[in-house]
Amino acid sequence: MQSFRKHTGVVVPLDKVNVDTDQIIPKQFLKRIERTGFGEFLFYDWRFSGDGKKVGDFVLDAPRYAKASILVAGKNFGCGSSREHAVWALTDFGFRVVIASSFADIFANNSLKNGLLTVRLNEEQVAEITRHSKEIENYQLTVDLEILRVEDGQGFAATFAMDEFSRHSLLNGLDDIELTLQQEAEIAAYEAKHPVRAEMKAIAVIV
Amino acid sequence: MNLGSPLNSRRILGETGNMAPRTLFEKVWDLHVVAAPEGQSALLYIDLHLVHEVTSPQAFDGLRANGRRLRQPLRTVATVDHNIPTTPRGLPITDPIAAKQIEALQNNCREFGVPLFDVDSAEQGIVHVIGPELGITLPGMTIVCGDSHTSTHGAFGSLAFGIGTSEVEHVLATQCLPQKKPKTMQIHVSGKLAEGVTAKDLALGIIGRIGTDGATGYVVEYAGDAVRELSMEGRMTLCNMSIEAGARAGLIAPDETTFAYVNGRRFAPRGKNWEAAVAYWQMLAGDPGAQFDRVIEIDAAALAPFVTWGTNPGMVVAVDSRVPELTSFAQEADRRAAEQALAYMGLDPGTPIEAIAVDRVFIGSCTNSRIEDLRAAARVAKGQHVNPKVRAMVVPGSQAVKRAAEQEGLHRIFLDAGFEWRESGCSMCLGMNPDILQPGERCASTSNRNFEGRQGRGGRTHLVSPMMAAAAAIAGHFTDIRNWRFQ
Ligand code: SF4
Repeated sequence: MQSFRKHTGVVVPLDKVNVDTDQIIPKQFLKRIERTGFGEFLFYDWRFSGDGKKVGDFVLDAPRYAKASILVAGKNFGCGSSREHAVWALTDFGFRVVIASSFADIFANNSLKNGLLTVRLNEEQVAEITRHSKEIENYQLTVDLEILRVEDGQGFAATFAMDEFSRHSLLNGLDDIELTLQQEAEIAAYEAKHPVRAEMKAIAVIV
Repeated sequence: MNLGSPLNSRRILGETGNMAPRTLFEKVWDLHVVAAPEGQSALLYIDLHLVHEVTSPQAFDGLRANGRRLRQPLRTVATVDHNIPTTPRGLPITDPIAAKQIEALQNNCREFGVPLFDVDSAEQGIVHVIGPELGITLPGMTIVCGDSHTSTHGAFGSLAFGIGTSEVEHVLATQCLPQKKPKTMQIHVSGKLAEGVTAKDLALGIIGRIGTDGATGYVVEYAGDAVRELSMEGRMTLCNMSIEAGARAGLIAPDETTFAYVNGRRFAPRGKNWEAAVAYWQMLAGDPGAQFDRVIEIDAAALAPFVTWGTNPGMVVAVDSRVPELTSFAQEADRRAAEQALAYMGLDPGTPIEAIAVDRVFIGSCTNSRIEDLRAAARVAKGQHVNPKVRAMVVPGSQAVKRAAEQEGLHRIFLDAGFEWRESGCSMCLGMNPDILQPGERCASTSNRNFEGRQGRGGRTHLVSPMMAAAAAIAGHFTDIRNWRFQ
């Protein structure tokens, strides 16, 4: 897993609630069998017209946000489909952090696995960051996972919560499959007590 | 599910003497904890991992890159559903990228030894339809799949949830997943659903009430008379939509209805194993007095057939009402979202739902493509004709559903009425295959998501039950199924 410690970057406001993963990466791009190359299709239907031309007025394409690496959005970000491609598109586009007042569960899990930090702040704080990022040219935030703190160096600061294990994994970029495999003895003991049931053995022929 | 040794499981379940009463979810959870390492999430054993072509290729690549093997081939089952065209199976797949993805799954299954219900299999179908119908999905299991509607399998009293591709790789390699324990919610539905009001309407009614993030962070248990009354198909529809309220999973305690459905299915336990299994399953229901973090009460009798008007499943009203006025939204963000949704949907506030005309009708998806759904739609379509302005299609959830429907003659009813009768797959639920809406087309759909562009760029989706969809196809606009004159 990619690690995350501290990041400073330009904030871009996506002033919408319930942004679903179908919007983040529309289905026509899910047929790729690689993990890379999804960035150019991020928010595709909002950024491009039917014939593939850039619409131009979508916030991500405004020149002042060209370098943005922190996305701030409304509640329930990442709801809907479990597609991890949504996270791959965000990271491939250059995002390191998404800030919102709430995230869908699967999206938050997927983000964690890819070193994309999801920061939950309350609605007022999200509104304030959104406002600043619209009003202040080149508005930047520093997100520090070690002290669980977001600040803009201009008076705004907030702390956020994250469960200790996720934080630890992210800080150290731990490979969580490796971590699980360290429990081999427990897994093997469990499997010895709970073998595959007899009827499922017949399924082996369907390969 | 641990039928290899139900006695072990029984012992765990039986040891409730000095334990606090537990919910169904808590029992299933406890039965699957492999380890709870200090300072880490609990490690859960996964009984069944369902795999499909779209969310798995990168996971298999990860295994290869790290020289890892598939830990439990017999707990892993794959099929092809998302990409596959629903035209007759002999025809080639014309989309080269889709074909490549399907081929990748075939190769991966061969390389790692995963049982695959392939394109030409008599058992191919939507992953959430075939698991239950083959008796692979059973009560009391932990089930995951790289697909959010894995919640469907909760209808059997299993803990079933969607995962991302990294987690797919994790399960392939370890058959386990580290999980934070979610909070518990009970949705208690008392009373009786009225004639014409289905499990789909119950699901939409719940989401309309609690919102698309109303259950985020929770596992939901559905209970109450109206839930007990539902068939397994209805329960699957209800649990399927749990994710649309943000829930991690949705479960219903197994009972006689469940056992009757499972009994005799191809991979279900048989003989002595069956007896032992049922005895175990009977102990799964929540203990009296078990506590939930949140309880929601729903009165089934107050529900109507529902139609979504916006771009998420929570934007929903009864068929006999109107598209809401913008002034009815208290929160500024919700009002703006509604305004954007109505602009996308091409609807004016205050429009009666029954005055909305449709161009397309889609009956299918893992929400509503089982035999009972098709029977309900056929009952409406019988002796009628699809409105000449409408193109309507029926897409059975699996080859087995298709065969069963054809045996009953349902396909005749649909074809005579002017519906298309197609091969099984996800089809227009997500439009990753050739079945898509054109920009601006309006569709009455029995699927689960009305997100912008879900069924095709610019397409306008209204979620409804199978009966309501069939009625809309015939009338050419939404119509209240409670007033339908069945022929
Ligand atoms: S039918 Fe739709 S929701 Fe269900 S698995 Fe297929 S694409 Fe997903």
